[in-house]
Amino acid sequence: MFDTAMTWNDLMFMLRGAGVTLWITAIAVAGGTMLGVVFGVIRSSLSPWVTWPLAFVLDILRSVPLLIQLVLVNSFQAIAGWGWSPFTTSCVVLALYTAALVTEVVRGAVLAVPETTRRAARSLGMTWAQDQTQIVFPMALRVGLPSWINVTLGVMKDSALVLWLGIIELLRASQILVTRLQEPMFILMVAGAIYFVISFPIARLGERLEKRWREND
Amino acid sequence: MFDFSYRFQWAQAMRHLPRMLEGALVTLEIAILSLVVGIAIAVLLAVARDSKYIWLRAPATAWVEVARNTPALFQIYMAHFGLGSFGIYLSPYTALLAGIAFNNAGYLAETFRGALRAIPETQTRAGRSLGMGQAQTFRLIVMPQMFRVAFLPTTNQMVWAILMTSLGVTVGMATDLTGIVQNLNARTFRTFELFAIAAVLYYLIAKTVMLGAQLIAWRLFRY
Amino acid sequence: MIEIEKVYKSFGKLEVLKGIDLTVNKGEVVSIIGGSGSGKSTLLTCINGLEPIQSGRIRIDQTEVHARSTDLNKLRRKIGIVFQQFNAFPHLSVLDNVTLALRKVLGMSRREAEEIAVKQLEHVGLGDKLKVYPSRLSGGQQQRMAIARALAMSPKYMLFDEVTSALDPLLVGEVLDTLKMLAEEGMTMICVTHEMGFARDVSKRVAFFHQGVMAEIAPPDQLFGAPQHPETQKFLSKVR
Ligand SMILES: Nc1ncnc2c1ncn2[C@@H]1O[C@H](COP(=O)(O)OP(=O)(O)OP(=O)(O)O)[C@@H](O)[C@H]1O
Ligand SMILES: [Mg+2]
Repeated sequence: MFDTAMTWNDLMFMLRGAGVTLWITAIAVAGGTMLGVVFGVIRSSLSPWVTWPLAFVLDILRSVPLLIQLVLVNSFQAIAGWGWSPFTTSCVVLALYTAALVTEVVRGAVLAVPETTRRAARSLGMTWAQDQTQIVFPMALRVGLPSWINVTLGVMKDSALVLWLGIIELLRASQILVTRLQEPMFILMVAGAIYFVISFPIARLGERLEKRWREND
Repeated sequence: MFDFSYRFQWAQAMRHLPRMLEGALVTLEIAILSLVVGIAIAVLLAVARDSKYIWLRAPATAWVEVARNTPALFQIYMAHFGLGSFGIYLSPYTALLAGIAFNNAGYLAETFRGALRAIPETQTRAGRSLGMGQAQTFRLIVMPQMFRVAFLPTTNQMVWAILMTSLGVTVGMATDLTGIVQNLNARTFRTFELFAIAAVLYYLIAKTVMLGAQLIAWRLFRY
Repeated sequence: MIEIEKVYKSFGKLEVLKGIDLTVNKGEVVSIIGGSGSGKSTLLTCINGLEPIQSGRIRIDQTEVHARSTDLNKLRRKIGIVFQQFNAFPHLSVLDNVTLALRKVLGMSRREAEEIAVKQLEHVGLGDKLKVYPSRLSGGQQQRMAIARALAMSPKYMLFDEVTSALDPLLVGEVLDTLKMLAEEGMTMICVTHEMGFARDVSKRVAFFHQGVMAEIAPPDQLFGAPQHPETQKFLSKVR
């Protein structure tokens, strides 16, 4: 259908870019989720009077453009002489950003567990830790997992921004090809298709989970 | 751990604040325009997605799924570089606006669709039985209620639109907040200071918008 | 005059109306009673063209409702309908609920519309609630507002679908009184109702529906006093 100068090598180049996208996403989501769960539990079990500094910082991470955050952290690590590679910087920034989003997911999920359920658990003589692991966690997981999937996909898409630090991920790889081959529409369509193929099935899975779990309640 | 040979020069960076504030206005302008356009298209998409005609449903579904399953930056690239294949060359401003509006429309369409389902069919029946036409009933009875249900998610989308405007710099946008800061940065190399101020401004814009939205909601939704 | 002739109506495979014949003359009040699912509501929505029918015909003042050439929006101005669920427009004040169609359908100015609306609202006893939103009204008040909203269009016919069924028992009276008042003023009405007392007092004729068929129709004394059809007898013995 398309008469293109794009070769298999070029496609491999894009797929390697997609690999970088996935790799950065995986690291950021792994780190961000761990942090986010900790923050989320803190935020939902301690009084807001104590946790407001944390809440404030997380709010900033959610209200300042990712691009600005990337540039800021990158220049700060240079100033501080940490010598981070753009890859490290990207992973750190995206992980913190993910943590901010996951914190909200966790908080929402924990709040969705009715207080009466928890009180019932405690009155059965469960300790705080037992209550958290046996009652709150399984219930919150059902509420939180679909949102967490959305966060993960969001981070995957937002990771395109790391091209600004010179990392050749999927979108940057496509841009390089566009410059060389002068077929912007075709190459971008391929890039879009790759993003779509990664994101769409997972998004669908999330929707299905959400629907199924909601019906069971 | 912090071995600073670098001297922060905040005063020097602050001298550029007026320029940056001008940029902030452009940022806000693009965000608002993209939201207005996005809302208008999203209403059409939301209706089309539940239409009984496949030729309406299919393109609407495609729009929504592409908007939600590809990066916003990709969508802006499509507007800026992609359309070049058809001899259409959009300025950075237009491409940015188009890209964000496309994204807004896709996400809001789903929001609106959910809201529409929350409005009972009997409301439409009541409107129709008073002699109102289908379009009239939708516009006067269904849509106002839909906007109320969808108000909070729409506010969130507005904040995302603000964040997305910063992507314009990657297609050569020079007049919005990020664009201006990037240009100043290229001349003065006070990267950290300039972007830190920009971060504060973005934060303030986002908070102001949230506050404004609450005021609007309070004025609008008395019932 | 409302003329219903051999009307058949089905939802998919489910036949809901199986040949209904009924003529309602000007100034007449006809009540329809019958078990749940017997097709009473469906008949009303067919009369004002909200639902299509499979065969037969319904004519209102000689205009055939389901003819292709009929302008339903125009026809519906003649027929007011009030539903079981009040269907107040929650985003509009009581006054605006009533003026909306006057302004947007009949093209009146806001002032003209409000004049009529105020009169109708006072008529149903809501003169002091004009600026209030429906969520602040009791069910009975919402239902009376819905009646005022329909009446404001000066319809020639009114259809009522179990307008008291969703109400607290204490609020039923106020709404029934409004209907009685209308009947006394000579409005042509079809009332689907579960209130046998009301049907007896107000109607000229009462129809009994059973499984999509009008099993019996007669003046109230006769239908309640000496029902002919075995299903009517069964039904009435249950509701008494
Ligand atoms: N929109 C619809 N789609 C499919 N079936 C419907 C629809 N509306 C009504 N029905 C079915 O048609 C039958 C008649 O319904 P209808 O509402 O007319 O009964 P009714 O006599 O008003 O009963 P009730 O006293 O419970 O209000 C029922 O079996 C109902 O399930
Ligand atoms: Mg009914």
